[in-house]
Amino acid sequence: MRSIIRFIIKNHFTILFVLIELISLLFVINYNSYQRSVFLSSSNHVTGGLYESYSNSTEYLMLKQINNELAQENAYLRSRLPESFKASRDYFNLVFDSLSQQEYVYRAAKVINNSTNKRFNYLTLNKGRNHGLEAEMGVISSKGVVGIVKNISDNYSTVISILNTRLKISAKLKSSGYFGALEWNGGNYQFAHLREIPRHAKVNVGDLIVTSGYSSIFPSDILIGHVEEVTLNQGESFYDIKVKLSVDYKNLSYVEVIGHPLKEEQLELEQETEND
Amino acid sequence: MINLLPRYIFNFFFLTLIQVLVLNNIQFSGFVNPYLYVLFIITLPFETPGWLLLVLAFASGFSIDIFSNTLGMHASATVLMAFFRPTILRAFAPRDDYQPGTIPTMAYYGPSWFLRYALILVFIHHLSLFFIEVFSITHFFSTLWRVLASSVFTMILIFLSQLFGRSKTKGR
Repeated sequence: MRSIIRFIIKNHFTILFVLIELISLLFVINYNSYQRSVFLSSSNHVTGGLYESYSNSTEYLMLKQINNELAQENAYLRSRLPESFKASRDYFNLVFDSLSQQEYVYRAAKVINNSTNKRFNYLTLNKGRNHGLEAEMGVISSKGVVGIVKNISDNYSTVISILNTRLKISAKLKSSGYFGALEWNGGNYQFAHLREIPRHAKVNVGDLIVTSGYSSIFPSDILIGHVEEVTLNQGESFYDIKVKLSVDYKNLSYVEVIGHPLKEEQLELEQETEND
Repeated sequence: MINLLPRYIFNFFFLTLIQVLVLNNIQFSGFVNPYLYVLFIITLPFETPGWLLLVLAFASGFSIDIFSNTLGMHASATVLMAFFRPTILRAFAPRDDYQPGTIPTMAYYGPSWFLRYALILVFIHHLSLFFIEVFSITHFFSTLWRVLASSVFTMILIFLSQLFGRSKTKGR
């Protein structure tokens, strides 16, 4: 026993190192579950507050006010567009009732932290649960799709951006309607890759890529980018399409968060069908 | 020894803030990123006990992690770097050993000694950080290139910051 204690005291530096290093690596590996504890992410009140006051102090005073109003107004107008309403006024449903209720709601939020230079990029927004945001909501800007809300606290939320190798988005070719999965593979922040488009589809450089609307997160036909380069390897049945993203992640300031009040209903129904 | 305490507390917060608010936003030709906050561990006094070194390394790496959503990555890289520090200090010791009352900065031991010492630690840190971040060896050479480029960038910043420190210590 005594010799064990003597051994520990003698090698305490190495033992402590191994211990701390293991704890750190455990953090890295359990990253996702730890992320969920909002405390340690940048939607935390302290870090979020710091980022917000920093971003506020770097912004021109007047510009901020005007931008904010414009973004609010945009969100309001967008939620008045015909596309935001459920198109279900069939011949037997001419009466205006609860079925023709609004399908998507847009809320403006400000980006207070942003990165483009890592493999897993996240954004922080200045709105949270108190403003009606929820996890898994889609985030777009005036130019196109930005990402999906991941963690949420009372006043802040973090967003997985498309520039995150952990995120895949269902996307389709606007012209032909073939759909596949859009993902980013690290590297340049202006380009992502669209896969799973079958080789019999016609793909031209310059074709628009939009959201498919098959997930309950984004409405359909929201711009993602355009085709930059098409490659079809010998013997493969799917294209590898390089997509130039329409959003410039370097200068995001205001975004809109898409709420989908009927999402629960859709998911429930899909779940039920799968279980049968 | 005890009068160094406020200086290191200031260093800790200052370097963390600079890293989080300024350097994390720098992008030089794609994804080269300097990590100046390791300077805190590099310049700790020679007499710092081993356990304190590791705990401080963990604390500084972890605070960077919380701000950049990379839980554990910076902490493990910084702790690894701190683990190698005593060995490297012993290997680089001058013939008459380190003078009592001095700290490992350029002001005391000159640019050639300091830059060699710092470069090895920075390289260890960046190597482990970037490989943990990628978590595979499939992109070995592109990752290695990032490690080298970022190390050079960090070393330039460390050199510049030491030039500042130099005039300060002379005035004292």
